[in-house]
Amino acid sequence: MKVPPELKYTDSHEWVRWEGDGSATVGITDFAQESLGDLVFVELPQVGRAVKAGEACAVVESVKAASDVYAPIDGEVLAVNPAAAEKPESINADAFGTWLFRLRPIGPADHKRLIDAGQYASSIAEHK
Amino acid sequence: MLKRTVLYDTHVAAGARMVDFGGWEMPLHYGSQIEEHHAVRRSAGVFDVSHMRVAEIEGSDASAFLRRLLTADIDRRTAGQAMYSCMLNESGGVLDDLIVYRRGDESGVGARFRAILNAATADRDLQWMATLAAGDSLAVDIRPQPQLAILALQGPQAPAVLERAQPGLAAHGLPLASFRAAFTNGAFVARTGYTGEDGFEIVVPGERASALWQSLRDAGAAACGLGARDTLRLEAGLALYGQDIDESVTPLESGLARTVELDADRPYRPFVGRGAIERQRSQGPRRQLLGLKLLGKGVLRAHQDVRTPHGDGQVTSGGFSPTLQVSIALARLPAAVAVGDTVTAELRSGGVQALVVKPRFVRNGKPLI
Repeated sequence: MKVPPELKYTDSHEWVRWEGDGSATVGITDFAQESLGDLVFVELPQVGRAVKAGEACAVVESVKAASDVYAPIDGEVLAVNPAAAEKPESINADAFGTWLFRLRPIGPADHKRLIDAGQYASSIAEHK
Repeated sequence: MLKRTVLYDTHVAAGARMVDFGGWEMPLHYGSQIEEHHAVRRSAGVFDVSHMRVAEIEGSDASAFLRRLLTADIDRRTAGQAMYSCMLNESGGVLDDLIVYRRGDESGVGARFRAILNAATADRDLQWMATLAAGDSLAVDIRPQPQLAILALQGPQAPAVLERAQPGLAAHGLPLASFRAAFTNGAFVARTGYTGEDGFEIVVPGERASALWQSLRDAGAAACGLGARDTLRLEAGLALYGQDIDESVTPLESGLARTVELDADRPYRPFVGRGAIERQRSQGPRRQLLGLKLLGKGVLRAHQDVRTPHGDGQVTSGGFSPTLQVSIALARLPAAVAVGDTVTAELRSGGVQALVVKPRFVRNGKPLI
């Protein structure tokens, strides 16, 4: 199970990459795509929308069930990835290479929901 | 403690993702259920369905017993023919849907039959059958065969795969017309299936199952799990007991009126539930099972409410059709709803329009809607 060490994670199986310009790119993890099964629909948030950490802001729908994707930090949606919406199966093929949305952080930088790769890897190892 | 078929280790070794399926640990998929679905529509796939129960039905009253038990008349079927029908309770509610095969050339007191029962209902079915036989004082021997394994080989290439993998079985299987079966040398092969494609259901002693499964894969069949089995049968418009049918509905409300044979030209056949069905037929059923094709984004799923101009209905089975690339469903709707109507399905995201269609979406790889 891949858990790239340079990324941050949440307990709800999102990954976060901090970009050079201070924005946060968000996707779902390999563990998440494997649990969900073949993805058939992705619903992305509106650009410009303000989100709170822990708020459901996207939906990934698989053959089995629909699943919310939660904002990992307080922020504003800067961009979404149309390729993910057009080809949901890309997320199954490469979860860490298929981003969903990018956020501009709002407010203090304590980002309580974020955990590091080691913590995330341990938590999913317990799942198995 | 989950039950396992004789192929459990084989599935795990093949990389299957195992899940609890009605108390059985079964393969959901071996990597991608969508790829497995496509393999069956385009080529061939092999499924382990050994969790289903084979039961031999024999004895001097076996025919009479089945004519009481089932909505369709087994005596209208010839040797080697399969019959799909329902078993009802006294109120006409469906206890199970099942296929019964008439064996050999025997008739009358020598007639022998094989039934294949759904996994989730097998125990209850056998109990019901025993009670009915005893109550009617019928001399019938019902013998479950849990040691038998069942594999389904399905897809347009199924005959070619069977021929490459098992020439002996193929010699008996390939000449079979649809819905016919042959008993041969410790094996049974039927030209039946649950996918809407050509194919075979093969019953063998458990100890032969793994070698058979491997040989079919080596000959080109994709290993397919229950995830693909469900999307394939939904596209084919085939009912799933426990979702599209259960004891609270009759065959007339479930798109299964064709399984109910009320022959006016033969001696009256008092099958269990007949009275209730005849009453419902004369009044006109208030509900029916039809198909839905979603017109917007999202996925139809079981238990979603459906709003129609004639009242509310409910999705019984829903999902995403890999062949049609759209969401489809079976739904129980008010009797006044017609094919071609537009209704509103209550998805997670809110109301989304859906088109009412006949409950058959794909057959032999081709879209019907």
